Amino acid sequence: MSFSDRRNSIIGWLDERLGLQDIQAFMAHKTVPKHSGTVWYFFGGITLFLFGIQVFTGILLLLYYRPSPAEAYESVQFIVTRVQFGWLIRSVHSWSANLMILSAFIHMFSVVFLRAYRRPREVTWLSGIALLGLSLGFGFSGYLLPWNTISYFATKVGTDMAASVPLIGSALGQFLRGGNDVGGATLTRFFGFHVAVLPGITTALLLVHLILVQRQGISSPPSVEKEHQEKGQPVPQMPFFPNFFLREVMAWYGALAVLGILAALFPWELGEKADPFAPAPAGIRPEWYFLAAFYTLKLIPAHVGPMEGELLGMFGFGALALGWALLPFWPLGPRGQERSRFVTGAAIFLLAYLVTFSLLGYYK
Amino acid sequence: MKRAILLLALAIPLSIPLSAADKKNSCLDCHSNLDGAQGKPAKLFKDDVHKHRGFACADCHGGDPSNDDMTISMSPARGFKGKIPRTAVPQLCAKCHSDANLIHKFKPQQRVDQLAQYVTSTHGKQLAKGDTKVANCVDCHGVHDIREVKDALSPVHPLRLPETCARCHADDAHMTPYNLPSKQFAEYRTSVHWTALAKRGDLSAPSCATCHGNHGAGPPAVGSVAAVCGTCHVLMEDLYAGSPHKPVFTAMGLAGCVVCHQQHGIQKPTTKMLEGEGTCATCHQPDSAGGKTAISMARHLRELENALDRSDRILTTARTSGMEVSEALVRQVEARENLIKARVAVHAFREDAVAQPVKAGLAIAAETHKAGEAALGERDFRRRGLLFSLGAILLTMIGLWMAIRAIEDRSKT
Repeated sequence: MSFSDRRNSIIGWLDERLGLQDIQAFMAHKTVPKHSGTVWYFFGGITLFLFGIQVFTGILLLLYYRPSPAEAYESVQFIVTRVQFGWLIRSVHSWSANLMILSAFIHMFSVVFLRAYRRPREVTWLSGIALLGLSLGFGFSGYLLPWNTISYFATKVGTDMAASVPLIGSALGQFLRGGNDVGGATLTRFFGFHVAVLPGITTALLLVHLILVQRQGISSPPSVEKEHQEKGQPVPQMPFFPNFFLREVMAWYGALAVLGILAALFPWELGEKADPFAPAPAGIRPEWYFLAAFYTLKLIPAHVGPMEGELLGMFGFGALALGWALLPFWPLGPRGQERSRFVTGAAIFLLAYLVTFSLLGYYK
Repeated sequence: MKRAILLLALAIPLSIPLSAADKKNSCLDCHSNLDGAQGKPAKLFKDDVHKHRGFACADCHGGDPSNDDMTISMSPARGFKGKIPRTAVPQLCAKCHSDANLIHKFKPQQRVDQLAQYVTSTHGKQLAKGDTKVANCVDCHGVHDIREVKDALSPVHPLRLPETCARCHADDAHMTPYNLPSKQFAEYRTSVHWTALAKRGDLSAPSCATCHGNHGAGPPAVGSVAAVCGTCHVLMEDLYAGSPHKPVFTAMGLAGCVVCHQQHGIQKPTTKMLEGEGTCATCHQPDSAGGKTAISMARHLRELENALDRSDRILTTARTSGMEVSEALVRQVEARENLIKARVAVHAFREDAVAQPVKAGLAIAAETHKAGEAALGERDFRRRGLLFSLGAILLTMIGLWMAIRAIEDRSKT
């Protein structure tokens, strides 16, 4: 039996059981709009790829990580100094977490600028926003796990902010910390959130998100649709498989190269072991994706009228996040048209705010 | 019955005596409305610890503060003493501060021997001779705005004490009649002790009172200087006591530690003190036994210092390259502790005493240097691995691009 006969026989065996031809037929019909903004479609896939790396490296880290204040720091130190390629796994895990959040933000803004959140993709948008929130939750919970000084005090600040929310704040703080202060119970909880609760919810929501993208196809921007309508032509399409898929794989390789450079040249620092009895070191600040909010809260005076400044800031962020999540439901214009300029303006404003305040938070 | 209980409940608070703060104080009533020297005490007194503890003007000055008529309230018949003469101040303060029963009501651990100490001090002895220019309680603690020592605004708070002593002791005009120098404070401000106190904010760092005493302040006797320094520098004192210098210095009437380290302007000791024209050379010729010992001790110290610097450099390079070298850095701290031990051992003035910790430090320094080299080797391995991986990724991407082009070209034809 020749090699090709043997291959065909294996494929035939699998096809009989898995229906490979149906999948192939389905993929052959799936297309992706081809226009100047097609490059932005890659970021959803890059985010997914980085999530996959997170899962893979996370499982490897689990082989050695021990979630207790007495052992957490030492176990991470053991991983990066004694375990073969442990430094690479830990560094890739940390860097890919950051790149994943960055890629998710780029994906979100590209969806806004390409108007892909519009009807009938409202639920896809909402599931995407929820996934971004979960990614931030991954970042917040994972930050504490090495149990170093910076992560300890950043978690203290973060959970204190959660505890200052009126009515539910006290219960929320207790729930997050497992006590009145950040300690062993917090570490165990955050570990549980990070490796079980959040991955479970994220996987389920990711499936919903991907199924919706699959069912509704990929949206073309209204400007591209209009331009081709005027010419009496349909928007050009690119076959998803293999044309778009191979390009996406190229993008993944690009992301992998960036990840490799960052992990090898700038290994993620471990810092000093957390000492709960030591005073908070100067210059404590959260991860970059919380910097804009952190810096804004620093600028708000302690009291604004009868309200506490921090609380006012948190209400502001809550309202902003809610308003942004409800973007597909924003009121239409007087003639029933979408307020595209207003949405673009709001997105540019939000992007400028996030970039500027993150930079200010980093450098000031 | 209910009415009786109600009346009883109302009567209980009324039966509690008014606190001193609530009592009438005609002194403050009048003096707070006066300007200048007459009004100043009343204005200052609001921050005074005695006021907060329930004491009032009459507790020191006598008189009857319950009467608004100054001819009565400030009459000798009512015990009014007026301004307290400087010679009477210590005894007046001691009336309460030497009374353990009274003081311990407010501060159970407060000492009550201040007057007993003061009379032994140079200040106390001079005052007893009628010299009213010397310091008494109020010169250091303040008069009407006395604060607790731990209060940062108190003139005797550890951070402010040197300036308080310097008010008199840095005043040439004040010191000349006593044949005392006035440069101590200026010298102290150049010392390691001042750096620790004023720049690092270390409240336990030595200031004037640490060596001279506070209430019993006086210059330490020549023979007891080592004991004074030894209250903090215990090991140095022990080693010095067993060293060949001790009997010689004692015989020559030299004041131990200060012979090499000075009195008030104590500098950070360096290995240079042992070398060449350093401190040792002021007494020892280089070819004498003492000179040779000094040079050999310096050689040992230099050897360890250089080894530690080499390890520091390589570990810093490794750390800034992102390598995890925290274990080696902890070991490096242990090696530095050996350097400290060796520097302490210098006070034995024997080469072998210094050589022992130096040997232990050198062994650790060699180990940390090796760890640094290993980290840099690992860094280079990672970089080579990265280069290889990037090459493989690039080739794969080129392959993918060529495959895409081939597929798209095929579909066009």
